[in-house]
Amino acid sequence: MGSTITEKILAAHCGRKAVKPGELINAEIDVIMCHDVTTTPAIDMLAEKGLSKVAHPERVVIMPDHFVPNKDIKSAEMVAKIRRWAKEQGIEQFYDLGRHGVCHALLPEQGHVRPGETIICGDSHTSTHGALGAFSTGVGSTDLAAALATGELWFKVPETILFRLSGKLGKGVYSKDVILEIIRQIGVDGALYKTMEFTGELIDELSVEARMTICNMAIEAGGKSGIINPDQKTIDYIKARTDTSFEIYKSDPDAEYCQVIDINVANLEPIVALPHLPSNGKPVSQLNDIPIDQAYLGSCTNGRIEDLRVAAEILQGKSVASSTRMIVIPATTDIWKQANKERLLDIFMEAGATVSSPTCGACLGGHMGILAAGERCISSTNRNFVGRMGSPKSEVYLGSPATVAASAIEGKIADPRKYLQEKP
Amino acid sequence: MTGKVHCYKRDHINTDEIIPARYLNMDKETDLARYAMEDIDPEFIKKVKEGDFIIAGEDFGCGSSREHAVWALRGAGIRAVIADTFARIFYRNCINNGFLAIECKGISEKTDSGDELEIDVEKGVITNRTKDDQYSFQAIPDFARDIINAGGLLNYIAGKAN
Ligand code: SF4
Repeated sequence: MGSTITEKILAAHCGRKAVKPGELINAEIDVIMCHDVTTTPAIDMLAEKGLSKVAHPERVVIMPDHFVPNKDIKSAEMVAKIRRWAKEQGIEQFYDLGRHGVCHALLPEQGHVRPGETIICGDSHTSTHGALGAFSTGVGSTDLAAALATGELWFKVPETILFRLSGKLGKGVYSKDVILEIIRQIGVDGALYKTMEFTGELIDELSVEARMTICNMAIEAGGKSGIINPDQKTIDYIKARTDTSFEIYKSDPDAEYCQVIDINVANLEPIVALPHLPSNGKPVSQLNDIPIDQAYLGSCTNGRIEDLRVAAEILQGKSVASSTRMIVIPATTDIWKQANKERLLDIFMEAGATVSSPTCGACLGGHMGILAAGERCISSTNRNFVGRMGSPKSEVYLGSPATVAASAIEGKIADPRKYLQEKP
Repeated sequence: MTGKVHCYKRDHINTDEIIPARYLNMDKETDLARYAMEDIDPEFIKKVKEGDFIIAGEDFGCGSSREHAVWALRGAGIRAVIADTFARIFYRNCINNGFLAIECKGISEKTDSGDELEIDVEKGVITNRTKDDQYSFQAIPDFARDIINAGGLLNYIAGKAN
Protein backbone atom coordinates (compact mmCIF):
# COMPACT_ATOMS: atom_id res chain seq x y z
CA MET A 1 0.00 0.00 0.00
CA GLY A 2 1.38 3.40 -0.97
CA SER A 3 1.46 6.62 0.99
CA THR A 4 0.03 10.09 0.53
CA ILE A 5 2.27 13.12 0.13
CA THR A 6 1.34 14.16 3.69
CA GLU A 7 2.31 10.79 5.16
CA LYS A 8 5.61 10.84 3.27
CA ILE A 9 6.55 14.32 4.47
CA LEU A 10 5.64 13.51 8.07
CA ALA A 11 7.54 10.20 7.97
CA ALA A 12 10.65 11.93 6.64
CA HIS A 13 10.41 14.47 9.48
CA CYS A 14 10.22 11.94 12.28
CA GLY A 15 12.93 9.66 10.97
CA ARG A 16 10.62 6.84 9.91
CA LYS A 17 10.14 4.98 6.66
CA ALA A 18 6.37 5.32 6.79
CA VAL A 19 3.62 6.58 9.08
CA LYS A 20 -0.07 5.74 9.19
CA PRO A 21 -3.08 7.93 9.98
CA GLY A 22 -3.83 8.05 13.70
CA GLU A 23 -0.22 7.59 14.81
CA LEU A 24 1.18 10.20 17.18
CA ILE A 25 4.56 11.47 16.09
CA ASN A 26 7.07 14.15 16.94
CA ALA A 27 8.01 15.89 13.71
CA GLU A 28 10.95 18.15 12.97
CA ILE A 29 9.71 21.60 11.90
CA ASP A 30 11.49 23.34 9.01
CA VAL A 31 9.81 26.74 9.04
CA ILE A 32 8.22 28.52 11.98
CA MET A 33 6.36 31.65 10.97
CA CYS A 34 5.54 34.19 13.66
CA HIS A 35 3.04 37.04 13.41
CA ASP A 36 2.13 39.76 15.88
CA VAL A 37 -0.96 38.34 17.60
CA THR A 38 0.07 34.83 18.61
CA THR A 39 3.82 35.27 19.03
CA THR A 40 3.93 37.57 22.06
CA PRO A 41 2.14 35.04 24.29
CA ALA A 42 4.59 32.37 23.10
CA ILE A 43 7.55 34.59 24.01
CA ASP A 44 6.12 35.13 27.52
CA MET A 45 5.45 31.43 28.04
CA LEU A 46 8.98 30.47 27.04
CA ALA A 47 10.48 33.01 29.42
CA GLU A 48 8.19 31.83 32.21
CA LYS A 49 9.21 28.18 31.80
CA GLY A 50 12.91 28.96 31.49
CA LEU A 51 12.94 27.76 27.88
CA SER A 52 14.08 31.06 26.56
CA LYS A 53 16.51 29.89 23.86
CA VAL A 54 15.11 29.35 20.37
CA ALA A 55 16.49 26.05 19.09
CA HIS A 56 16.93 27.06 15.44
CA PRO A 57 16.75 30.84 14.90
CA GLU A 58 17.46 30.33 11.19
CA ARG A 59 14.18 28.47 10.78
CA VAL A 60 12.10 31.32 12.17
CA VAL A 61 10.49 33.96 9.95
CA ILE A 62 8.78 36.90 11.62
CA MET A 63 6.15 39.03 9.95
CA PRO A 64 3.85 41.26 12.01
CA ASP A 65 0.71 41.72 9.94
CA HIS A 66 -2.57 41.74 11.86
CA PHE A 67 -2.51 45.20 13.39
CA VAL A 68 0.26 46.83 11.33
CA PRO A 69 0.94 49.67 10.89
CA ASN A 70 0.35 49.51 14.65
CA LYS A 71 -3.26 50.40 15.30
CA ASP A 72 -2.93 51.36 18.96
CA ILE A 73 -0.51 51.43 21.88
CA LYS A 74 -1.12 47.81 22.82
CA SER A 75 -0.35 46.50 19.35
CA ALA A 76 2.70 48.75 19.18
CA GLU A 77 3.93 47.18 22.42
CA MET A 78 3.38 43.70 21.02
CA VAL A 79 5.51 44.33 17.96
CA ALA A 80 8.14 46.17 20.03
CA LYS A 81 8.42 43.10 22.24
CA ILE A 82 8.79 40.81 19.20
CA ARG A 83 11.53 43.07 17.79
CA ARG A 84 13.49 42.92 21.06
CA TRP A 85 13.07 39.17 21.29
CA ALA A 86 14.14 38.59 17.67
CA LYS A 87 17.31 40.56 18.32
CA GLU A 88 18.08 38.64 21.50
CA GLN A 89 17.57 35.33 19.72
CA GLY A 90 19.51 36.26 16.61
CA ILE A 91 16.49 35.80 14.33
CA GLU A 92 17.34 37.62 11.15
CA GLN A 93 14.37 36.88 8.93
CA PHE A 94 12.15 39.74 10.03
CA TYR A 95 9.77 41.54 7.68
CA ASP A 96 9.17 44.83 9.41
CA LEU A 97 7.08 47.74 8.12
CA GLY A 98 8.15 48.64 4.61
CA ARG A 99 8.82 45.03 3.64
CA HIS A 100 5.75 43.74 5.42
CA GLY A 101 2.70 41.85 4.28
CA VAL A 102 0.01 39.40 5.27
CA CYS A 103 1.92 36.37 6.50
CA HIS A 104 0.44 33.70 4.24
CA ALA A 105 0.97 35.82 1.16
CA LEU A 106 4.45 36.97 2.17
CA LEU A 107 5.95 33.62 3.24
CA PRO A 108 5.72 31.88 -0.17
CA GLU A 109 6.34 35.11 -2.08
CA GLN A 110 9.69 35.58 -0.34
CA GLY A 111 10.78 31.99 -0.94
CA HIS A 112 10.33 30.63 2.58
CA VAL A 113 8.03 27.79 1.49
CA ARG A 114 9.57 24.81 -0.25
CA PRO A 115 7.95 21.48 -1.24
CA GLY A 116 8.43 18.63 1.20
CA GLU A 117 8.89 20.90 4.22
CA THR A 118 6.96 21.10 7.47
CA ILE A 119 5.67 24.56 8.30
CA ILE A 120 3.75 25.86 11.28
CA CYS A 121 2.44 29.24 12.34
CA GLY A 122 0.16 30.35 15.13
CA ASP A 123 -2.52 31.05 12.58
CA SER A 124 -5.30 28.88 11.24
CA HIS A 125 -4.78 29.75 7.58
CA THR A 126 -1.29 28.26 7.57
CA SER A 127 -2.89 25.55 5.44
CA THR A 128 -2.20 27.93 2.51
CA HIS A 129 1.36 26.70 2.00
CA GLY A 130 0.28 23.18 1.19
CA ALA A 131 -0.36 24.60 -2.28
CA LEU A 132 3.40 24.28 -2.80
CA GLY A 133 3.56 20.65 -1.68
CA ALA A 134 4.58 21.30 1.95
CA PHE A 135 2.90 20.01 5.10
CA SER A 136 1.70 23.23 6.66
CA THR A 137 -0.70 23.66 9.53
CA GLY A 138 -1.98 26.23 11.97
CA VAL A 139 -1.32 25.87 15.70
CA GLY A 140 -1.82 27.83 18.90
CA SER A 141 0.71 29.87 20.86
CA THR A 142 1.76 26.99 23.13
CA ASP A 143 2.53 24.83 20.09
CA LEU A 144 4.41 27.73 18.62
CA ALA A 145 6.41 28.11 21.83
CA ALA A 146 7.16 24.38 21.93
CA ALA A 147 8.34 24.38 18.32
CA LEU A 148 10.51 27.43 18.96
CA ALA A 149 12.09 25.78 21.99
CA THR A 150 12.67 22.34 20.52
CA GLY A 151 12.38 22.57 16.73
CA GLU A 152 9.79 19.78 16.89
CA LEU A 153 6.08 19.37 17.44
CA TRP A 154 3.66 16.54 18.15
CA PHE A 155 1.09 15.58 15.54
CA LYS A 156 -1.48 12.95 15.00
CA VAL A 157 -0.94 11.77 11.43
CA PRO A 158 -4.14 12.88 9.68
CA GLU A 159 -6.33 10.89 7.36
CA THR A 160 -6.60 12.40 3.89
CA ILE A 161 -9.63 13.22 1.78
CA LEU A 162 -8.81 13.32 -1.92
CA PHE A 163 -10.63 15.91 -4.03
CA ARG A 164 -10.42 15.11 -7.73
CA LEU A 165 -11.32 18.29 -9.56
CA SER A 166 -12.12 18.10 -13.25
CA GLY A 167 -13.51 20.43 -15.88
CA LYS A 168 -12.59 23.93 -17.01
CA LEU A 169 -13.71 27.03 -15.14
CA GLY A 170 -16.05 29.32 -17.05
CA LYS A 171 -15.30 33.02 -17.51
CA GLY A 172 -15.67 34.95 -14.26
CA VAL A 173 -15.33 31.81 -12.13
CA TYR A 174 -12.19 31.34 -10.07
CA SER A 175 -10.47 29.06 -7.60
CA LYS A 176 -12.23 30.97 -4.79
CA ASP A 177 -15.56 29.83 -6.19
CA VAL A 178 -14.24 26.26 -6.31
CA ILE A 179 -13.25 26.18 -2.65
CA LEU A 180 -16.49 27.90 -1.59
CA GLU A 181 -18.36 25.19 -3.51
CA ILE A 182 -16.31 22.43 -1.86
CA ILE A 183 -17.05 23.86 1.60
CA ARG A 184 -20.71 24.23 0.66
CA GLN A 185 -20.77 20.54 -0.20
CA ILE A 186 -18.89 19.11 2.79
CA GLY A 187 -19.66 21.71 5.48
CA VAL A 188 -17.46 23.65 7.89
CA ASP A 189 -16.46 20.44 9.68
CA GLY A 190 -16.52 18.17 6.64
CA ALA A 191 -12.76 17.65 6.85
CA LEU A 192 -12.36 17.86 10.63
CA TYR A 193 -8.84 16.73 11.68
CA LYS A 194 -8.14 15.63 8.10
CA THR A 195 -5.90 16.71 5.27
CA MET A 196 -7.57 17.88 2.08
CA GLU A 197 -5.52 16.85 -0.94
CA PHE A 198 -6.50 18.48 -4.22
CA THR A 199 -5.74 16.98 -7.59
CA GLY A 200 -7.06 16.71 -11.12
CA GLU A 201 -6.98 18.60 -14.39
CA LEU A 202 -8.42 21.74 -12.81
CA ILE A 203 -5.53 21.95 -10.34
CA ASP A 204 -3.03 21.38 -13.17
CA GLU A 205 -4.55 24.34 -15.00
CA LEU A 206 -4.55 26.73 -12.04
CA SER A 207 -1.69 29.10 -11.29
CA VAL A 208 0.25 28.59 -8.08
CA GLU A 209 -1.45 31.69 -6.62
CA ALA A 210 -4.91 30.37 -7.43
CA ARG A 211 -3.99 27.06 -5.79
CA MET A 212 -3.05 28.95 -2.62
CA THR A 213 -6.59 30.33 -2.41
CA ILE A 214 -7.90 26.76 -2.33
CA CYS A 215 -5.50 25.48 0.34
CA ASN A 216 -5.95 28.69 2.35
CA MET A 217 -9.56 27.79 3.04
CA ALA A 218 -9.02 24.11 3.95
CA ILE A 219 -9.34 25.20 7.57
CA GLU A 220 -12.82 26.56 6.82
CA ALA A 221 -13.86 22.95 6.28
CA GLY A 222 -12.17 22.01 9.55
CA GLY A 223 -9.11 20.58 7.79
CA LYS A 224 -5.73 20.19 9.43
CA SER A 225 -4.04 21.08 6.18
CA GLY A 226 -4.56 21.39 2.46
CA ILE A 227 -2.03 20.02 0.03
CA ILE A 228 -1.29 19.78 -3.68
CA ASN A 229 1.35 17.55 -5.26
CA PRO A 230 4.12 19.76 -6.68
CA ASP A 231 4.46 20.04 -10.48
CA GLN A 232 6.59 22.06 -12.86
CA LYS A 233 4.64 25.25 -12.05
CA THR A 234 5.44 24.77 -8.38
CA ILE A 235 9.11 24.22 -9.10
CA ASP A 236 9.30 27.29 -11.34
CA TYR A 237 7.59 29.40 -8.68
CA ILE A 238 10.02 28.27 -5.99
CA LYS A 239 13.17 28.48 -8.09
CA ALA A 240 12.36 32.09 -8.94
CA ARG A 241 12.44 32.87 -5.21
CA THR A 242 15.03 30.79 -3.43
CA ASP A 243 18.19 28.75 -3.87
CA THR A 244 17.42 26.55 -0.88
CA SER A 245 17.29 22.93 -1.96
CA PHE A 246 14.19 20.86 -1.37
CA GLU A 247 12.85 17.39 -1.80
CA ILE A 248 9.72 16.61 -3.75
CA TYR A 249 7.22 14.13 -2.38
CA LYS A 250 4.11 13.01 -4.22
CA SER A 251 1.22 10.76 -3.35
CA ASP A 252 1.51 7.20 -4.66
CA PRO A 253 -1.22 6.05 -7.05
CA ASP A 254 -2.19 3.38 -4.53
CA ALA A 255 -2.15 5.69 -1.50
CA GLU A 256 -5.02 5.18 0.90
CA TYR A 257 -7.65 7.89 1.33
CA CYS A 258 -10.46 7.95 3.85
CA GLN A 259 -12.71 9.50 1.23
CA VAL A 260 -12.52 10.46 -2.44
CA ILE A 261 -14.72 13.28 -3.71
CA ASP A 262 -15.10 14.02 -7.42
CA ILE A 263 -16.20 17.46 -8.49
CA ASN A 264 -16.60 18.74 -12.03
CA VAL A 265 -16.42 22.52 -12.16
CA ALA A 266 -17.48 23.00 -15.79
CA ASN A 267 -20.91 24.36 -14.83
CA LEU A 268 -19.86 26.09 -11.64
CA GLU A 269 -21.15 29.63 -11.19
CA PRO A 270 -19.54 32.32 -9.04
CA ILE A 271 -20.38 31.38 -5.44
CA VAL A 272 -21.10 33.74 -2.55
CA ALA A 273 -21.08 32.45 1.03
CA LEU A 274 -23.86 34.08 3.03
CA PRO A 275 -23.53 34.99 6.71
CA HIS A 276 -22.48 33.52 9.06
CA LEU A 277 -20.66 30.44 7.78
CA PRO A 278 -18.28 29.86 4.86
CA SER A 279 -20.42 26.82 4.01
CA ASN A 280 -23.51 28.95 3.26
CA GLY A 281 -22.60 29.18 -0.42
CA LYS A 282 -25.15 30.12 -3.09
CA PRO A 283 -24.67 30.74 -6.82
CA VAL A 284 -24.53 34.49 -7.28
CA SER A 285 -27.36 34.37 -9.83
CA GLN A 286 -29.75 33.33 -7.06
CA LEU A 287 -29.01 36.40 -4.97
CA ASN A 288 -31.24 39.32 -5.78
CA ASP A 289 -30.98 42.76 -4.34
CA ILE A 290 -28.64 42.35 -1.44
CA PRO A 291 -27.35 45.90 -1.01
CA ILE A 292 -23.86 46.29 0.44
CA ASP A 293 -22.19 49.06 2.43
CA GLN A 294 -18.63 47.92 1.91
CA ALA A 295 -16.63 45.88 -0.57
CA TYR A 296 -13.31 44.53 0.65
CA LEU A 297 -10.56 43.24 -1.59
CA GLY A 298 -7.55 41.82 0.19
CA SER A 299 -6.30 39.16 2.66
CA CYS A 300 -4.23 36.01 2.50
CA THR A 301 -7.02 34.37 0.50
CA ASN A 302 -7.34 36.85 -2.34
CA GLY A 303 -5.05 39.85 -1.99
CA ARG A 304 -2.43 38.71 -4.49
CA ILE A 305 -1.51 40.35 -7.79
CA GLU A 306 -3.75 38.12 -9.92
CA ASP A 307 -6.68 39.02 -7.69
CA LEU A 308 -5.99 42.73 -8.04
CA ARG A 309 -5.67 42.36 -11.82
CA VAL A 310 -9.06 40.69 -12.12
CA ALA A 311 -10.74 43.32 -9.96
CA ALA A 312 -9.04 46.16 -11.86
CA GLU A 313 -10.17 44.70 -15.17
CA ILE A 314 -13.76 44.90 -13.96
CA LEU A 315 -13.44 48.33 -12.31
CA GLN A 316 -11.58 50.01 -15.15
CA GLY A 317 -13.53 53.05 -16.29
CA LYS A 318 -16.33 52.31 -13.82
CA SER A 319 -17.27 53.79 -10.46
CA VAL A 320 -17.97 52.31 -7.08
CA ALA A 321 -21.68 52.89 -6.30
CA SER A 322 -22.28 56.02 -4.24
CA SER A 323 -23.93 53.94 -1.51
CA THR A 324 -20.85 51.73 -1.17
CA ARG A 325 -17.27 52.16 -0.03
CA MET A 326 -14.56 49.94 -1.40
CA ILE A 327 -11.29 49.10 0.32
CA VAL A 328 -8.39 47.49 -1.53
CA ILE A 329 -5.46 46.12 0.44
CA PRO A 330 -2.67 44.48 -1.56
CA ALA A 331 -1.50 41.62 0.62
CA THR A 332 2.22 42.38 0.57
CA THR A 333 4.62 45.23 -0.13
CA ASP A 334 5.82 43.61 -3.37
CA ILE A 335 2.24 43.10 -4.54
CA TRP A 336 1.53 46.76 -3.73
CA LYS A 337 4.56 47.84 -5.76
CA GLN A 338 3.67 45.59 -8.67
CA ALA A 339 0.07 46.83 -8.68
CA ASN A 340 1.38 50.37 -8.64
CA LYS A 341 3.67 49.65 -11.57
CA GLU A 342 0.81 48.14 -13.56
CA ARG A 343 -1.32 51.20 -12.64
CA LEU A 344 -3.92 49.01 -11.00
CA LEU A 345 -3.95 51.25 -7.96
CA ASP A 346 -4.87 54.19 -10.21
CA ILE A 347 -7.81 52.23 -11.55
CA PHE A 348 -9.03 51.52 -8.03
CA MET A 349 -8.62 55.10 -6.85
CA GLU A 350 -10.26 56.52 -9.96
CA ALA A 351 -13.20 54.20 -9.47
CA GLY A 352 -13.62 55.65 -5.98
CA ALA A 353 -12.06 52.86 -3.95
CA THR A 354 -9.36 53.49 -1.37
CA VAL A 355 -6.05 51.62 -1.22
CA SER A 356 -4.13 50.98 1.98
CA SER A 357 -0.81 49.59 3.10
CA PRO A 358 -0.62 45.77 3.41
CA THR A 359 -2.24 44.53 6.62
CA CYS A 360 -4.73 41.93 7.80
CA GLY A 361 -6.74 44.90 9.00
CA ALA A 362 -10.41 44.67 8.23
CA CYS A 363 -10.33 40.93 7.45
CA LEU A 364 -10.50 40.14 11.14
CA GLY A 365 -12.26 43.28 12.28
CA GLY A 366 -8.95 44.62 13.54
CA HIS A 367 -8.73 48.06 11.95
CA MET A 368 -8.83 49.85 8.56
CA GLY A 369 -12.44 49.21 7.65
CA ILE A 370 -14.52 47.97 10.59
CA LEU A 371 -18.25 47.43 10.03
CA ALA A 372 -20.97 49.14 12.09
CA ALA A 373 -24.09 47.38 13.36
CA GLY A 374 -26.43 46.64 10.49
CA GLU A 375 -23.77 47.06 7.82
CA ARG A 376 -23.11 44.50 5.14
CA CYS A 377 -19.83 43.73 3.38
CA ILE A 378 -18.89 41.63 0.37
CA SER A 379 -15.38 40.42 1.02
CA SER A 380 -12.66 38.46 -0.76
CA THR A 381 -11.57 37.02 2.61
CA ASN A 382 -12.16 33.54 4.01
CA ARG A 383 -14.39 33.77 7.06
CA ASN A 384 -17.80 35.33 7.67
CA PHE A 385 -18.51 34.45 11.28
CA VAL A 386 -20.60 36.70 13.51
CA GLY A 387 -18.61 39.87 14.20
CA ARG A 388 -15.67 38.81 12.05
CA MET A 389 -15.27 42.23 10.42
CA GLY A 390 -16.66 44.40 13.17
CA SER A 391 -19.99 44.68 14.96
CA PRO A 392 -21.64 41.39 15.90
CA LYS A 393 -24.67 42.87 14.15
CA SER A 394 -22.87 43.30 10.82
CA GLU A 395 -22.86 40.79 7.97
CA VAL A 396 -20.06 39.43 5.80
CA TYR A 397 -20.61 37.78 2.41
CA LEU A 398 -17.63 35.96 0.90
CA GLY A 399 -16.86 35.95 -2.80
CA SER A 400 -14.09 36.08 -5.39
CA PRO A 401 -12.23 39.32 -6.17
CA ALA A 402 -14.30 39.57 -9.35
CA THR A 403 -17.55 39.27 -7.42
CA VAL A 404 -16.31 41.89 -4.94
CA ALA A 405 -15.47 44.31 -7.78
CA ALA A 406 -18.76 43.80 -9.62
CA SER A 407 -20.70 44.21 -6.38
CA ALA A 408 -18.86 47.44 -5.58
CA ILE A 409 -19.95 48.89 -8.91
CA GLU A 410 -23.60 47.96 -8.42
CA GLY A 411 -23.81 48.62 -4.68
CA LYS A 412 -25.33 45.19 -4.27
CA ILE A 413 -24.10 41.65 -4.65
CA ALA A 414 -23.56 41.19 -8.36
CA ASP A 415 -22.52 38.60 -10.92
CA PRO A 416 -19.06 39.50 -12.30
CA ARG A 417 -19.53 37.59 -15.53
CA LYS A 418 -21.35 40.32 -17.39
CA TYR A 419 -18.46 42.74 -16.84
CA LEU A 420 -16.01 40.31 -18.31
CA GLN A 421 -18.14 39.36 -21.29
CA GLU A 422 -18.53 42.98 -22.37
CA LYS A 423 -14.91 43.00 -23.44
CA PRO A 424 -14.12 41.86 -26.98
CA MET B 1 -14.65 17.26 39.74
CA THR B 2 -18.10 18.76 39.95
CA GLY B 3 -19.56 21.97 38.61
CA LYS B 4 -22.51 23.71 37.00
CA VAL B 5 -23.22 23.71 33.29
CA HIS B 6 -23.51 26.58 30.84
CA CYS B 7 -25.07 24.84 27.87
CA TYR B 8 -25.00 26.23 24.32
CA LYS B 9 -27.08 23.96 22.13
CA ARG B 10 -25.40 25.05 18.94
CA ASP B 11 -22.82 23.71 16.50
CA HIS B 12 -19.78 25.58 15.16
CA ILE B 13 -19.32 28.03 18.02
CA ASN B 14 -16.15 29.71 16.79
CA THR B 15 -13.22 31.36 18.47
CA ASP B 16 -14.34 34.80 17.22
CA GLU B 17 -17.42 34.32 19.39
CA ILE B 18 -15.47 32.95 22.34
CA ILE B 19 -13.10 35.92 22.27
CA PRO B 20 -13.61 38.54 19.54
CA ALA B 21 -10.59 39.71 17.54
CA ARG B 22 -10.99 43.25 18.86
CA TYR B 23 -9.55 42.01 22.17
CA LEU B 24 -6.52 40.25 20.68
CA ASN B 25 -4.23 43.10 21.60
CA MET B 26 -4.31 41.52 25.09
CA ASP B 27 -3.11 38.09 26.14
CA LYS B 28 -3.52 37.81 29.92
CA GLU B 29 -6.20 35.42 31.15
CA THR B 30 -7.68 37.90 33.60
CA ASP B 31 -7.97 40.60 30.91
CA LEU B 32 -9.43 38.28 28.29
CA ALA B 33 -11.84 36.70 30.78
CA ARG B 34 -13.86 39.92 30.97
CA TYR B 35 -14.88 39.47 27.32
CA ALA B 36 -15.27 35.67 27.21
CA MET B 37 -18.23 34.55 25.06
CA GLU B 38 -19.24 38.20 24.65
CA ASP B 39 -20.59 37.87 21.10
CA ILE B 40 -22.60 34.76 21.81
CA ASP B 41 -23.81 35.44 25.35
CA PRO B 42 -23.16 38.90 26.76
CA GLU B 43 -24.46 37.71 30.17
CA PHE B 44 -21.99 34.82 30.37
CA ILE B 45 -19.34 36.60 32.35
CA LYS B 46 -21.88 37.69 34.98
CA LYS B 47 -23.23 34.17 35.41
CA VAL B 48 -20.07 32.08 35.38
CA LYS B 49 -18.54 30.77 38.61
CA GLU B 50 -15.17 29.20 39.30
CA GLY B 51 -15.26 25.51 38.45
CA ASP B 52 -18.19 25.66 35.98
CA PHE B 53 -18.35 23.71 32.71
CA ILE B 54 -19.31 24.75 29.20
CA ILE B 55 -21.29 22.31 27.07
CA ALA B 56 -21.78 22.81 23.35
CA GLY B 57 -22.66 20.99 20.14
CA GLU B 58 -20.40 19.98 17.28
CA ASP B 59 -17.17 21.59 16.10
CA PHE B 60 -16.71 23.79 19.18
CA GLY B 61 -13.85 26.28 18.82
CA CYS B 62 -13.70 26.33 15.02
CA GLY B 63 -12.12 29.20 13.14
CA SER B 64 -9.12 31.21 14.23
CA SER B 65 -6.24 29.44 15.99
CA ARG B 66 -6.19 32.00 18.79
CA GLU B 67 -5.28 30.30 22.05
CA HIS B 68 -6.80 33.39 23.63
CA ALA B 69 -10.09 31.45 23.42
CA VAL B 70 -8.81 28.86 25.89
CA TRP B 71 -7.29 31.53 28.14
CA ALA B 72 -10.48 33.59 28.16
CA LEU B 73 -12.56 30.59 29.22
CA ARG B 74 -10.08 29.44 31.84
CA GLY B 75 -9.66 32.99 33.09
CA ALA B 76 -13.43 33.19 33.50
CA GLY B 77 -13.27 30.16 35.81
CA ILE B 78 -14.32 27.41 33.40
CA ARG B 79 -12.79 24.09 34.44
CA ALA B 80 -13.64 22.01 31.37
CA VAL B 81 -15.40 22.22 28.03
CA ILE B 82 -17.51 19.29 26.94
CA ALA B 83 -18.74 19.20 23.37
CA ASP B 84 -20.17 16.76 20.86
CA THR B 85 -16.98 17.36 18.84
CA PHE B 86 -14.20 19.95 18.78
CA ALA B 87 -12.40 21.84 16.06
CA ARG B 88 -8.83 20.62 15.75
CA ILE B 89 -6.71 23.61 16.75
CA PHE B 90 -8.93 24.48 19.71
CA TYR B 91 -8.70 20.88 20.95
CA ARG B 92 -4.90 20.94 20.62
CA ASN B 93 -4.75 24.26 22.43
CA CYS B 94 -6.76 22.81 25.31
CA ILE B 95 -4.42 19.85 25.71
CA ASN B 96 -1.35 22.04 25.35
CA ASN B 97 -2.64 24.26 28.15
CA GLY B 98 -3.50 21.39 30.42
CA PHE B 99 -7.15 22.44 30.06
CA LEU B 100 -9.72 19.70 29.94
CA ALA B 101 -11.67 19.28 26.67
CA ILE B 102 -13.94 16.25 26.55
CA GLU B 103 -15.60 14.91 23.43
CA CYS B 104 -18.92 13.34 24.33
CA LYS B 105 -21.26 12.78 21.40
CA GLY B 106 -24.83 13.88 22.05
CA ILE B 107 -24.16 15.62 25.36
CA SER B 108 -25.50 18.99 24.23
CA GLU B 109 -28.92 17.43 23.68
CA LYS B 110 -29.05 15.74 27.05
CA THR B 111 -28.00 18.57 29.34
CA ASP B 112 -29.26 22.04 30.17
CA SER B 113 -27.79 25.14 31.70
CA GLY B 114 -27.75 24.89 35.46
CA ASP B 115 -27.36 21.09 35.56
CA GLU B 116 -24.78 19.87 38.04
CA LEU B 117 -22.22 17.45 36.62
CA GLU B 118 -19.54 15.27 38.03
CA ILE B 119 -16.70 14.28 35.70
CA ASP B 120 -14.56 11.21 36.25
CA VAL B 121 -11.69 11.56 33.81
CA GLU B 122 -10.07 8.23 34.67
CA LYS B 123 -13.25 6.23 34.11
CA GLY B 124 -14.49 8.38 31.25
CA VAL B 125 -17.88 8.97 32.85
CA ILE B 126 -19.93 12.13 33.32
CA THR B 127 -22.71 11.99 35.91
CA ASN B 128 -25.56 14.47 35.61
CA ARG B 129 -26.72 14.85 39.22
CA THR B 130 -29.60 17.12 38.32
CA LYS B 131 -31.08 14.72 35.77
CA ASP B 132 -29.79 11.56 37.45
CA ASP B 133 -28.18 10.42 34.21
CA GLN B 134 -24.77 9.20 33.07
CA TYR B 135 -22.84 9.66 29.84
CA SER B 136 -19.59 7.97 28.92
CA PHE B 137 -16.83 9.47 26.82
CA GLN B 138 -13.81 8.12 25.06
CA ALA B 139 -10.72 8.09 27.24
CA ILE B 140 -8.22 10.85 26.56
CA PRO B 141 -5.13 9.35 24.82
CA ASP B 142 -2.17 8.64 27.15
CA PHE B 143 0.10 11.07 25.40
CA ALA B 144 -2.43 13.87 25.77
CA ARG B 145 -3.08 12.91 29.37
CA ASP B 146 0.65 13.13 30.14
CA ILE B 147 0.66 16.66 28.78
CA ILE B 148 -2.45 17.60 30.74
CA ASN B 149 -1.06 16.07 33.93
CA ALA B 150 2.21 17.96 33.49
CA GLY B 151 0.11 21.14 33.40
CA GLY B 152 0.56 21.74 29.68
CA LEU B 153 2.95 21.11 26.80
CA LEU B 154 5.63 23.53 27.91
CA ASN B 155 5.82 22.10 31.41
CA TYR B 156 6.01 18.69 29.79
CA ILE B 157 8.92 19.79 27.57
CA ALA B 158 10.63 21.67 30.40
CA GLY B 159 10.25 18.54 32.55
CA LYS B 160 11.91 16.41 29.87
CA ALA B 161 14.70 18.95 29.40
CA ASN B 162 15.62 18.91 33.09
S1 SF4 C 1 -5.65 38.19 6.11
FE1 SF4 C 1 -7.29 37.58 7.50
S2 SF4 C 1 -7.36 35.37 7.41
FE2 SF4 C 1 -5.42 36.00 6.51
S3 SF4 C 1 -3.94 35.89 8.19
FE3 SF4 C 1 -4.74 37.97 8.14
S4 SF4 C 1 -6.48 37.97 9.56
FE4 SF4 C 1 -5.99 35.85 9.10
